[in-house]
Amino acid sequence: MDDYQQPIDSIKDIKQMMERSSRFISLSGWSGVAAGVCALAGAWFASDIITKNGGPYGEHISVYRADHADNGLLDLQVFMGSKLFLIAALTFAAAFFLSFFFTWTRSKKTGTPVWGSSSQRLLINVLGPMVAGGLFLLRMIQLGIVGLIAPGCLIFYGLALVNASKYTLGEVRYLGYANILLGIINCWFIGYGLYFWAAGFGVLHIIYGIIMWYKYERQ
Amino acid sequence: MKNPIENLNKIFDSRIRLGIMSALMVNEEVGFNALKELIGVTDGNLASHLKTLEDSGYVKVQKGFIGRKTNTTYQVTKAGEKAFQLHVDALEQMIKGMK
Repeated sequence: MDDYQQPIDSIKDIKQMMERSSRFISLSGWSGVAAGVCALAGAWFASDIITKNGGPYGEHISVYRADHADNGLLDLQVFMGSKLFLIAALTFAAAFFLSFFFTWTRSKKTGTPVWGSSSQRLLINVLGPMVAGGLFLLRMIQLGIVGLIAPGCLIFYGLALVNASKYTLGEVRYLGYANILLGIINCWFIGYGLYFWAAGFGVLHIIYGIIMWYKYERQ
Repeated sequence: MKNPIENLNKIFDSRIRLGIMSALMVNEEVGFNALKELIGVTDGNLASHLKTLEDSGYVKVQKGFIGRKTNTTYQVTKAGEKAFQLHVDALEQMIKGMK
């Protein structure tokens, strides 16, 4: 009986050590669910503001644009001071904090350091496409091409996930592909950005989180 | 039929040494402290196992400094890669043989 188990156990040990040393696998499914819920809440508040300002996404922003039509550029400071931007920032902060919290709890359980070489590698690979995308989108806002912001967020975030999937749970790749796909479709449905945004950052995150929880954490 | 157990590498009998090798196989280099965290052993224990692997020519050591602190990293050698691969093959053979 012992002979029967020994080689299988060895292979399991090897596999586990290879994964633990190269990938950050403490990413919790709950982190995905929490981020998704934050995104949906954020989108709900944003849609409330947009409706109050009378009109769909595109027209609302054009209010800002009209104010600054003199130089043709949308003032970044005005945009940053707007309620929409505040909501976006709060949503991001809440999502980041909550997903960090769940992953931190999980890494305590699995005994992997939250700030080890694997998580550093993961973070660097997420940040690359995200920072590039962020700067690109800021410039788009400045130029007043607001309709492409939501698709841009989805596409760059998707690329960041695909890039990062080599350094964490491989399934992150599919979440990335789905976000890229949504973003690209959204490019031809300008004005519905908020819905696509809510579907990508909200619904997809929640579905992904539940699947990951079911697969790896369910006892 | 040849018994695949003969192909198992005695040096990889130890779970700790097998763990060290597995981590080194998928990383360019791994530091001493990172190995310690991954495998969960004491300094002395880890050092003695690393010494065994080093003496067999399976890993090479690189001693450097980060500021004033010593930073020792380990890499797998070509011989180590080959030995590890043969060991895994033998394990697979054993599993296949059992079915």
